This record gives sequence, structure tokens and C-alpha cells, in this order.
Amino acid sequence: MEKKILKKQSLGALFDAIKAGGRRLLGPVEKDGRTTYEEVSSPAELAKDYIQTTTSAKSVVFPACEEIVRWQNEGHDVKVADLKPQTTPTVVFGVRPCDAASFAILDSVFSWDYNDEFFRRRLENTTIIGLACTKSDEYCFCTSVELNPGDTRGSDLLLTPIDGEQYLVEIVTDKGKKLVDAAAKLFTPAGNESKEKVLAKVPVKFDQKKLTAKLPALFPKENAWVDQSLACLGCGACAFVCPACVCFDIQDESGRNGGTRLRCWDSCGFSLFTLHTSGHNPRPVQSQRWRQRIMHKFSYFPERLSHLGCVGCGRCSRACPADMNLVEHLSALVEAADGQ
Amino acid sequence: MEALRKKARELLEGKAAAVVIGYGEGSGGKARAVFIRQPDKAATLILDDRCVQNLAVYLVKNEVKSLGKAAVVAQPSTLRTILQLASENQLTDGLVMALAVNNGQVLELTSFHAIEEYLNTAVPPSEAPGKARGLSAEDRAAVAKIEAMPREQRWQFWVNEFSRCMKCYACRAACPMCYCTKCVIESNQPQWIPVAPTGIGNLEWHIVRAMHLAGRCLNCGYCVEACPVGIRLNLLTQMLTDEIGGDFGAEAGFTAKREYALSMFKPEDKEDFIR
Amino acid sequence: MVSENIYKPYKMRIADIREEAPAVRTFRLEFADEAEAKAFNFKAGQFGEYSVFGEGECTFCIASSPTRRGYIECTFRQAGRVTGALADREVGDIVGFRGPYGNTFPIEQWEGKKLIFIAGGIALPPLRCVIWNVLDLRDKYDDVTVIYGARSVADLVYKHELEEWGQRKDMHLYTTVDPGGETPDWKGKVGFVPKVLDDLAPSNANTVAIVCGPPIMIKLTLPILAKLNFTPEQTFTTLENRMKCGFGKCGHCNVGKVYVCKDGPVFTLAQLKELPAEY
Repeated sequence: MEKKILKKQSLGALFDAIKAGGRRLLGPVEKDGRTTYEEVSSPAELAKDYIQTTTSAKSVVFPACEEIVRWQNEGHDVKVADLKPQTTPTVVFGVRPCDAASFAILDSVFSWDYNDEFFRRRLENTTIIGLACTKSDEYCFCTSVELNPGDTRGSDLLLTPIDGEQYLVEIVTDKGKKLVDAAAKLFTPAGNESKEKVLAKVPVKFDQKKLTAKLPALFPKENAWVDQSLACLGCGACAFVCPACVCFDIQDESGRNGGTRLRCWDSCGFSLFTLHTSGHNPRPVQSQRWRQRIMHKFSYFPERLSHLGCVGCGRCSRACPADMNLVEHLSALVEAADGQ
Repeated sequence: MEALRKKARELLEGKAAAVVIGYGEGSGGKARAVFIRQPDKAATLILDDRCVQNLAVYLVKNEVKSLGKAAVVAQPSTLRTILQLASENQLTDGLVMALAVNNGQVLELTSFHAIEEYLNTAVPPSEAPGKARGLSAEDRAAVAKIEAMPREQRWQFWVNEFSRCMKCYACRAACPMCYCTKCVIESNQPQWIPVAPTGIGNLEWHIVRAMHLAGRCLNCGYCVEACPVGIRLNLLTQMLTDEIGGDFGAEAGFTAKREYALSMFKPEDKEDFIR
Repeated sequence: MVSENIYKPYKMRIADIREEAPAVRTFRLEFADEAEAKAFNFKAGQFGEYSVFGEGECTFCIASSPTRRGYIECTFRQAGRVTGALADREVGDIVGFRGPYGNTFPIEQWEGKKLIFIAGGIALPPLRCVIWNVLDLRDKYDDVTVIYGARSVADLVYKHELEEWGQRKDMHLYTTVDPGGETPDWKGKVGFVPKVLDDLAPSNANTVAIVCGPPIMIKLTLPILAKLNFTPEQTFTTLENRMKCGFGKCGHCNVGKVYVCKDGPVFTLAQLKELPAEY
């Protein structure tokens, strides 16, 4: 992998070059104690010191609400429009390696047998400038799900701040190369700079392989799931801040002259998620819905799509109003499995 | 705290309660809701300034109700919530026990009347642990600022505030007063409120919810804590609380008797808004 | 799908509406676009997402046989928002259709075998497609038997076809209604579907059983089939579950490691037994 050096003081010039190319630039911005991805023009706007953003960059490729069908009523006829997917070239700066790895998870679902062009075109036109982690907190668990704070997967460029002055830049993909070429003067060749010594040390918190292997046997242990989920309030906060959660709802909104069909974020934690019109609900209690979240991410995903549905970013646990700490619960499940 | 742990243990050992709902050590230095069913686990209970979640929300949750008779560690806002829920027929007298901690002593409030008496005669809430009592000075100032805004500007303030809403319904889930088994947002015949997190959909959701809470909200502030993007819902609900208080002299959660201003008519009610 | 947009429905014109039973209707739908009509193909067992633009989409199996080209049919009961809006449609109205999705009844594997179809109430439509498919290729199959029952005579769907099937010499039809559901001139059986099956006691030799019905009927029918030594591999059913996208992305129909819309809706009993009871 080709490596370069970028001086921190050149970041502004890089941003200018990115925007001059007609691209939309997003970066983590801090406001009122929360850090979210917003449009930025200069490095001065970036959050100074953040471990992880509150909401993920998922909405860049998979917005909370996307129009998927549009129509017009013409008497008895309906004219269905040919909607074109969004293709605005976008660069997202400051994506942590865990989040960068989540795009592949979303893609695996959106390109499974049928290609969701709305998602895929956005992804094609998005360049990810990853930012490796030099710090972590107690909620991070990337190393427990086969990732690490310096992982390049999913980034087009991965920046590691190797000292106060410069970034080591790893050019991971052609898309990343194009971006470097667009501002070639700002990058100098790298020497032997290593990122290992500055990367955060995130201890492995639970044995994920054992968890995945044991989950099917743990499925019927209703009491364990009930105990874990008593505090769960059944909101969608965890699913919505999660970069890998991909379940969605389809809703029509219309007026007299026409209307629109929207694809919106949904959560398996909602009681409505599985409710049949007849009133029958296959998952009528919260413990079953909590179990579904765990099983889907750590058992069904690996089985069907050969990878986990989780990147260890820890947002779900940070955002949960009831402090349903995922690592705690997963560790408890591994321990319960030991009792088998 | 020790007194609380001892009391919890006694209640569980004597089977006076099947579960003690209280606070325990959580992640990130926060407190979290805990459900103590084994007497020896009572030692994990804590009570300090971090204990802000309104635990009354669990009293109306089926999964918790099915555990049996509950004793709940009750901050002043939780006590008021219990009374408000009682006035709305959501709780049965004698089946909920509130544990109020005052001056190191734990009081078992086993009836709604006992809670009413306690709230009306006990130590002023500002001395009770936890900040769960109405708005902070900062938030009060924010409310005053919003109320001073001209109408257009005030509308724009709320449009902006709600633009970050993702429709995750954490606000609803965290609120004890949002106990409807079929929430207005879940009706699709007709679809009263759009589901999608669009501008108008978000506004409609929050406005309707605030209206449904007008005069019922206990201002515990947990909706704001719960919101992943920090929308300041409590400012809106406080403004409505002030309106109801101003027009009808009513305040939620001080009696278990039904006295909801918006569902009752008294001859002395002001009529100056009828033109 | 013709369009690059997997969410974009075909425009369908309602060519015919038939009242089958109280609140149950069959629509015959024709493609508004000739080219789409010609290109469209499906196999028995597959389903689609039918939309009323502005109200939403609803999942029904394609109830007509793939051997009958130029149209598709769906049969539905008015139950909620979308089916309520569909029930208001008239001949000539436009509705949307996305499909065909899902797996199929493996009718090639059934060639040369005896087939027993067991259905109850509104669950005959998912089997009707494959029954007609088999009848249209009659020579390929051994005996064909249909056991169909409903709560009352009025609730029986496809009444005209039941008459037709009853008169055909190349199949056996047993219709039944629940005790109390018969009319004075009812000539069929009276009794629950599982009982009719039990009394008939078909042999399991070289036979495939295809069952579809309300949960209670399935619950009582499966033990009878087991008693008659039908193996889980030779028993088929088609499942319903909450669906939105219909093609394995939205997550709603996910049960166990299976997506009912992708890996089903047709399952053998053996496959069903591996699933948690979350459907």
C-alpha cells in the first residue's frame, strides 16, 4: 500500500482542493457536547478531540429518509417517475476505522441479489478519509470484532496522526489515489514512519468466535434474555446511531396530485417491526426483540453473509437511554455459554 | 445509601416485594436502572446525583409488571409520576411501593395517599438527591429566551431543533407518561402523523406529543437525556406546563385523584380565551 | 425488473374484480405496458408487493398459474390500510406490482408423484397457483387431491373453480365447512379440515403433501400427516410474515437465519422445524 505524509497544516489546503473539485465535504463537528458529521470548509470547524461521533456517517450513503418512488396522479392514471439516485461526489473526513468497515456491511445487504441503486450510487460517489484512533474509551470494542484502531478496510485514505504535526497517509483504494493526485503537492513520500506506536490499545473484551458459535444454543434460554433486557425501553436509538444497522421501513406519503414512497430507518427493537395486520406479533415481548438484535448481528449475519453485523464502535452503548451496555451483555452471553 | 440497601434486602427477604427497581453503577461513570430480585444483590444499589432516570417508566412496562410487586427507589419526580399515573388509572393502589430517601432515612410509601402526604410535607425537593426536579437555571433562562422571541423566530427555533430528529422514539420510550399501548404515531388508519423523519413529520410528532403531555408532564427531563441528538424537548414541555399552570392553576403529580385540567371542566375555569 | 430501480413497481390495470367471500376479493391485473407484459415470467409459489400509490404496499402470493400468460391474479382479505384501499379500487384503476419474489414450489421434483393439497379459508390462494399449474401440466403428475375447507359456505373462496374441480375426472376434490357453517343445500362435507384428512387417510407412498392454512389448522393437520407417516421432507407449506421490501434487505421477515421473502415463502416442514417460532 502506497504511503505518504501530509502535514496537519496542509489540511486546509486539502479541504480547498476537495471542494474545488465540486465535492461536498463532511467532517465531525462538535456542538453542545455532541459530535456529528456536518458540511465543513476548514479544519478549524472540526471537532478537536473526539473518540467517536454521536451519530455515524451512515446517513451519507443510507439517509434516514430516501425517496425511492415518486408518482403523479392524472385522473385515473398514475405516472410513475424515473427517479435518479443521488450522485453528488462526497468526501467524508475523519471516519474512524470501525465506521469505515461498516460500509461493507451495509453494501453486503444492499447488493444482495438485488442492487439498491440509491445506496450503491451514493457509495460509489463517496470517498472516505479515515482517521485512525490514538485513543479509545471503555465503550470501544473494535478489537473484539476482528477490527483494530488502525484498520484500513473501508477507508479510501487512512490518516494516522503520527505526531502533533503530521499524518501518515495510507492510500488504500483508487478512489483515495485520485484524491491524493488532485492535491499532489500537499503530500510527501513517507519514510519508515510507523503508525503502530501511536494507535490506541483496545483490549479484547470478549471471545466473539465463541459467542457466534454458542448463540444458537443460547436462543431458547428465555430467562437469560429476559434478565438482560429488563431495562430496555424499546426505542430505536441503538439501531439509528449504529453504522451497521440497515433494516428499513417503506412509507407512502401523498397528496391529491401525487406522492412519494420513502425508505426510512427502522429498528427491530420496535414492537411494530414484526406486527402482522391480523394483530399477531411474532416477537411480542422486548426480550425477544433484544435477542433478535444480538442474533442478527452476531449469528445470522455471519452465517448468511460471512461477516458480523457489528464493528465495535460502541455507539449503541453510549447512546442507550437505559445504559444497555452491549459489551457487558455479550460478555455475559459468552459466560452463559461456558456453563453449557 | 446503606439504609436503602438494607431496606431493599429486607423487602426481598420478607417477600414484601418481588423486585426492587433502583439505580446501580452503569457504564461511563453513569448510573443505570437495576432490577434487584435476589436479596444479596441489594448491595449493588446506589443513590447519588447521577441517579436521574425516572424509574416510574418501568412501572408501566409489561415485562417488569410480570415480575410481581415492585418497590421503586423514588426521586421526587418519580413520586410525582407515580401519583400522575395513579390519577390516570395506570397503577393500582397498594401494589406499588415507593422508597423515598430523606436525610439518610428510607421511607416506605405503600399507598398513593402516603406519597401525597410525603410530597406535601417532606423536605423541600431541592435538598433531595438528584437533579430531577424541574428545569435547571440554565434551562429556565432558555425558556425565557424562547418565550421572548417573536412568533416567526420562535417557530424557526423549533423547526431547527427538530430537524435533527431521527424518529428513534427514545423520548417516548423513556417517558413514563407515554404508556399508550397504541401510540398515535402507530395508527395508520388514518396515518395521523407521517412516520418518516422529514421536517414536517418531525414537527408533527413532537408537537402532538407535547400536546399529549400538556399538564401531565412531570418535567423529569429524562426525554432530553434519552435523545441521542440532544433535542431540548423539556423546554417545550415546560412551556406547556407553565401554560396549563397559568390558565388552570394545575400542576401534575401531586394527587392520585383525577384532576387533569384538559379533561375536566370547573365553573371557575377562565373563559377569557373564548372570543 | 425492467427498471434499474428495484423499488419501482410495474403499473398494473385492474382488469377484473371478483367477490369471493365476505371482505375477500380477487383482482385480475394486466400490465399497463405491453413490453413488460411480454417479458414477465414467474413460477408457482412466488409472491409480489402490490401497491396502492399513496397508501403503501402489501404482500400477496401470485394466485394465478404461470401457465396462464398475460395477467396475474391476487386474492386478498380486507384487513388493514392497504387492503382497505385496494378494496376500494374499481376495474380500470391502476395499482402497482413488484415481483416476482421468493422461491417456488419445486413442481419439477414432484413429477410422477401423487399430490395432496390441504388448505383452509383464505389460505387457498397461495396454493391455487400451483394447483392450476399442476392441472395445466396434468400428464406429469399422478393423483391430484385437494382438501379445502372454510368456516362456512360463504367463506369458501374460488367457488366457481371449486365447482369446476369437483366435476373434473382427473382430480379428487373434498370441500368441507366447519360444523354449523353448512347451508341447507350444501353437498360437501361438514367437519374441520384435519378431520377430513384423517378420515381420508391417504397413503404417503410417493406422495407430496402441500398444506396452507390458519395457524390452528396447521397445528392440527401436521400431527395427522405425521400419523400417516408423511415425512417432514415430503410436506410443504408456504409462510406469511411481516414484509416490506420483499427481497431480503429491510429485515422485517427475518426469522432465524432465514428471510421468508428470499429463502421462502415455500418451505418444507423439515426446514420449518429448524426455524424459531418467530413468524
